Amino acid sequence: MSMKFLAFATGLLVTGGVLAQTGQLEVDNAWARATPGKAENGAAYLTILSPTADRLVSVSTPVARNAELHMMTMKGMVMEMRPLAGLDIPAGHPVSLKPGGEHIMLEGLYEPLHEGQSFLLTLNFEKAGPQAVTVTVEKPGAAGPARAAQH
Amino acid sequence: MARNSPASPPRGSPRFVLAATVLAGLVILGAGVFLVLTMRDNPRGAGGTALASAIGGPFHLTDQNGNRVTDADLKGKWSLIYFGYTHCPDACPTALNDIAVALDELGARRAAVRPVFITVDPERDTPEALKSYVASFDAPILALTGTQQEVAQAAKAYRVYYAKHPEPGGDYSMDHSSVIYVMDPEGRFTASFTHESSPEQIAERLKKLLT
Repeated sequence: MSMKFLAFATGLLVTGGVLAQTGQLEVDNAWARATPGKAENGAAYLTILSPTADRLVSVSTPVARNAELHMMTMKGMVMEMRPLAGLDIPAGHPVSLKPGGEHIMLEGLYEPLHEGQSFLLTLNFEKAGPQAVTVTVEKPGAAGPARAAQH
Repeated sequence: MARNSPASPPRGSPRFVLAATVLAGLVILGAGVFLVLTMRDNPRGAGGTALASAIGGPFHLTDQNGNRVTDADLKGKWSLIYFGYTHCPDACPTALNDIAVALDELGARRAAVRPVFITVDPERDTPEALKSYVASFDAPILALTGTQQEVAQAAKAYRVYYAKHPEPGGDYSMDHSSVIYVMDPEGRFTASFTHESSPEQIAERLKKLLT
């Protein structure tokens, strides 16, 4: 192997590494379910992709008294919902919050969420810092974002 | 070894009887705890065929319009019964939406099926709260609440487990069995669906049952 090739290969690796590290954390497909009637709690779902390992530590929104990470688990037939202290985001692997797993619990909504409206949600990451996303409201009980389904 | 040990009291002595009673008590207690834990971890009593005949029974509740409803009122139609609560943002809307989507696929026969939502959180789920909640789903859902005792009785009849889980800040969530029961027009348990059943699967099964 020539020195030239080695230098070239090393250069590629280094460049690749730098590029990967300067890539931005992305939050996509943020959606929430419209809340039925006067239901005070809602749930938001989204997908996070980060080039480097990170951790989602907290969430906030102007539409609810409190927003926090929750995990829905089934123990046999019993559904349990528990707050999560944080959510690890591995490098390069998308993490999806979706019905039946993790969600962002919107506790004490000031107004019901109506289908078609959108609102702001701020996700606070350990390394990437605060990331604001726009959440689109879908039907109550919707299984996913309508927008993404059309793709 | 214990039998030969000098410390072991002879059969028939008060100490032997006491020891035997304590041991028997422990065995019974152990079996009870085991049973409770098994039911709690995997309350298949809910969907298992062994207890099929034990699912369903008398209840006295109040619907979203303030009318009293008993198990007898459900007869004459098929019922899809789901226990949940309105402060539940994930599992409960999913189940009710799945039911609505499944009923849509039944076409004209959907009138033969009545979806029923019974709250496990009567403290917050008043008839008014239930009324606006179920009105948001595309299905005519009968929503039921009652006193703590009435709800406990209904849950017991359907082998539904529920428990309050306090959260920091004074709020609480409810742990609860998440099962959709299918009861026939005579009020007999016929089938059940879990969170893993898709609306299509629910619709397919219902179509077969309704023919």
